[in-house]
Amino acid sequence: MLKVLEILKANFPELILDESTSPVSISIPAIDLVAICQELYQNDQLYFDMLSCITGIDNGEEAGTMEVIYNLYSISNEQSVMLKVMLDRNKENEAMPSIPTVIHIWKTADWHEREIFDLLGIEFTNHPDLRRILMPADWEGHPLRKDYKDMERYRGMSVVYDRDEEATTTDK
Amino acid sequence: MATKIQYQFKKDNLINSVPTKYKESDLKSEEMLINIGPQHPSTHGVLRLEVITRGEVIKDVVPHLGYLHRCFEKHTESLAYNQIIPYVDRMDYLAAMNSEHAYAMGVEKMLGITEQIPKRVEYIRVLVAELNRIASHFVAVGTYGMDMGALTPFFWLMRDREHIMRLLEWASGARMLYNYIWVGGLFYDIPVGFEEKCLEFINYLKPKLVELDTVLLQNKIFIDRTANVGVLPMELAINYGVTGPILRASGLRLDLRKVDGYSVYPELDFDIPIGKGEMGQVGDCWDRTSVRVEEIHESIKIIEQCVKQLLGDHKRTKNFDPQALVPKKIRPKAGDYYTRAENPKGELGFFFRADGRSDKPLRCKARGPSFVNLSILPELAKGGMIADLVAVLGSIDIVLGEVDR
Repeated sequence: MLKVLEILKANFPELILDESTSPVSISIPAIDLVAICQELYQNDQLYFDMLSCITGIDNGEEAGTMEVIYNLYSISNEQSVMLKVMLDRNKENEAMPSIPTVIHIWKTADWHEREIFDLLGIEFTNHPDLRRILMPADWEGHPLRKDYKDMERYRGMSVVYDRDEEATTTDK
Repeated sequence: MATKIQYQFKKDNLINSVPTKYKESDLKSEEMLINIGPQHPSTHGVLRLEVITRGEVIKDVVPHLGYLHRCFEKHTESLAYNQIIPYVDRMDYLAAMNSEHAYAMGVEKMLGITEQIPKRVEYIRVLVAELNRIASHFVAVGTYGMDMGALTPFFWLMRDREHIMRLLEWASGARMLYNYIWVGGLFYDIPVGFEEKCLEFINYLKPKLVELDTVLLQNKIFIDRTANVGVLPMELAINYGVTGPILRASGLRLDLRKVDGYSVYPELDFDIPIGKGEMGQVGDCWDRTSVRVEEIHESIKIIEQCVKQLLGDHKRTKNFDPQALVPKKIRPKAGDYYTRAENPKGELGFFFRADGRSDKPLRCKARGPSFVNLSILPELAKGGMIADLVAVLGSIDIVLGEVDR
């Protein structure tokens, strides 16, 4: 597993391997993401040909950060690696945090990135088709954010189930 | 008591109730926008496809998901690890045992108790998971046959699946959503006589599979509809993150049961069937179906070996407690974990972030195989005939509960 880091260090000397996670992870800056992914994908000794999963995490307003985590797997070398990218969280009325897309390397990133955009509100720059995927297109807010508040009404339906409200409406 | 309608009916609600990616102004002359689903039998659930056609030829397919979105990941924010298991059942509701197994293994790995799980527990887990795998493939092959116009195999397979449902109901108390495999153990030991009934079922099933092969896989109409249709090259499949029987049908021998060797799978003897292009090209719809049928045979082999172990080396004892290792409070060490297992549909992965203080995960993301596998659909359907769209979609074998989570 150290080999991955050694090869990456030739171009990106400041990377550190974190062995407390499973599989081992490397924290990388968002600017280098595409270059590192290209290297991981193309280098014959690494050849991470499968992108298993992309996860987005909101660390909350206090921490002021969001994370995008990539789980890669190399079928031929039978090894996995986790890439972690830390982003600054946007405050209210600020633009969404953005990170470059990796869709041109792994096509599977398409739907994973759309899901993260939908549920966490992270923008993937250069993504060709960044639409909501799980929530309705006219939904407001990103549900997996820590400060998410439900819309009161969606197309005339009340979103939050309120037992008292139901009791009063059915009695009438 | 009169119930009041909760929403106001407006005509606008019918127009553009669901958005489309293509607008009418984007279409060239002779191109047409056709909407398939969400209420359509061959979409296997509530999936909506926006299809752009030019005559009979498909120009583009845009799947619209989310009709069965039940906020799995939002729910996990406020649930303890052991409370999440019933929610995991409801993701892939046709193979709940396999999903539970994957989830329980993931949490056990976080807790570091994987090695301590008794062998009997592991063999029971594999036994019920493989039974469920057969049931899942029965639905996949049966409904696919129905999509292709063969109704008989569907009835036969549903009849045989019912035997599995009864067996699993006997063990867990539920037909489809079991909550049987717990973190650290099992809900209960299998009932007395379960092993013998499994053997009885397998002996019943073997001749039925020969019938299935004759009536469906070797059927001239079925071959004509599926061979050389929706061919998926291996490189493309890997690039799209496709896993499971679809990837194996494209010729890659990748099965996480062998690769990761989790649970007791390294001790069991079974093969990994791959697509050989017998009726057409490698990776066509016929190959995908045939790989599933062959996997049923392999699962039977595994079940036989599990039963042998459960009656032999790891047999029932009076003081065996399947809940002995079930932790009262699940508090994994802080950190990030990605775990995965082979579901009937492909790689089911779970990403966990634990904070080390609470018994709830900070983040629990499920990587459903159906979700990822479905993203290949536009690639396979483009350029084909609209009649083949159903053939391609059915061969992917999606469960919308897992696509939308």
